[in-house]
Amino acid sequence: MTEHHLAQVNIGRIVAPLDSPELADFVAQQPEINALADRSPGFVWRLVDDEGADATGIRPDGNDALLLINCSVWESVEALRDFTYHSDHLRVLSRRREWFRRSAEAHQAMWWIPAGHRPTVAEAMERVAMLREHGPGPQAFTFRDPYPAPARAAQL
Amino acid sequence: MLSDPVRRRLYRYVAAAPEEVGRDAAAEAAGISRSLAAFHLDKLVEAGLLTVSFRRLSGRTGPGAGRPAKLYRRAEGEHAVSVPPRSYDAVGRLLAEVVENAGLDRELQAAARAAGAAQPDARADDVVAALRARGYEPFWDGRTLRLRNCPFHALATEFPALICGMNLALIEGLVPEPWAPAMDPCPGGCCVSLSKKEID
Repeated sequence: MTEHHLAQVNIGRIVAPLDSPELADFVAQQPEINALADRSPGFVWRLVDDEGADATGIRPDGNDALLLINCSVWESVEALRDFTYHSDHLRVLSRRREWFRRSAEAHQAMWWIPAGHRPTVAEAMERVAMLREHGPGPQAFTFRDPYPAPARAAQL
Repeated sequence: MLSDPVRRRLYRYVAAAPEEVGRDAAAEAAGISRSLAAFHLDKLVEAGLLTVSFRRLSGRTGPGAGRPAKLYRRAEGEHAVSVPPRSYDAVGRLLAEVVENAGLDRELQAAARAAGAAQPDARADDVVAALRARGYEPFWDGRTLRLRNCPFHALATEFPALICGMNLALIEGLVPEPWAPAMDPCPGGCCVSLSKKEID
């Protein structure tokens, strides 16, 4: 039995509105890449908007019409790493600068959640803020500095 | 260690093979006896260039299944020799970090594509040989050409999006039509595979 799952959030500012020609390739590939995530080993859940297909309708910062959020839950860091870097998703990732502006600050974070929990947008944004403020730690970390899942004894 | 031509042939054969290699196959490929191959293969293991595992090739288990075969494959570690010492790995990591932080993926990909295109041997000669000469260790998987080794492995592990994007662009520049390189990661290998576009 897995007691903890890995949550991950990724935020990014798109270079132009979603319905612009600049973003057309990105939008067109969303269904395929989301379907790939859904059937990847270790995938648990991902955040979707009211349309229910993906999270492109959500604006985690109401004042920023170009800031998108992606949030998902996985069984392990390895499962997420395999999908992110060792699947067809890499094809999209290598084109990230065509669609997303670079961020001087941390734009993603991972943290451990009790299995069954579904992170909210506010919770996810808080983890990004924690990483920005304190650097990597057990509460918010990255692929480059991963932290292990809490031990059973440490659970409340 | 690799100054001996027989040992070099054996190492090259094992390193380039998509699967683990037994003594018989290695001996045949190097054109030497099984016992001589065993001697040199074990020297390569001692030097850390190859690793060894044991498996029953028959697939049978239990008493009477026979002894497991000794199988060799290339060790994961990297070996670079330069005299006097140079630390291009450290330079590479620093440069990658700066390029990543600056978000210069597209500039890097354009430079890589141009660098690939500036090397005429892939156009003039055999693409498989050109890729092999650059350390990719190509092998056929049906009609797809996969690359067993990633020449940028250490950096690709640390900066996957940046380095794999650069690698794809480099290969795109390198190979002529009708070759179609694509991002298609395979376990333990390179992120890029190549196929030939169908010409009707």
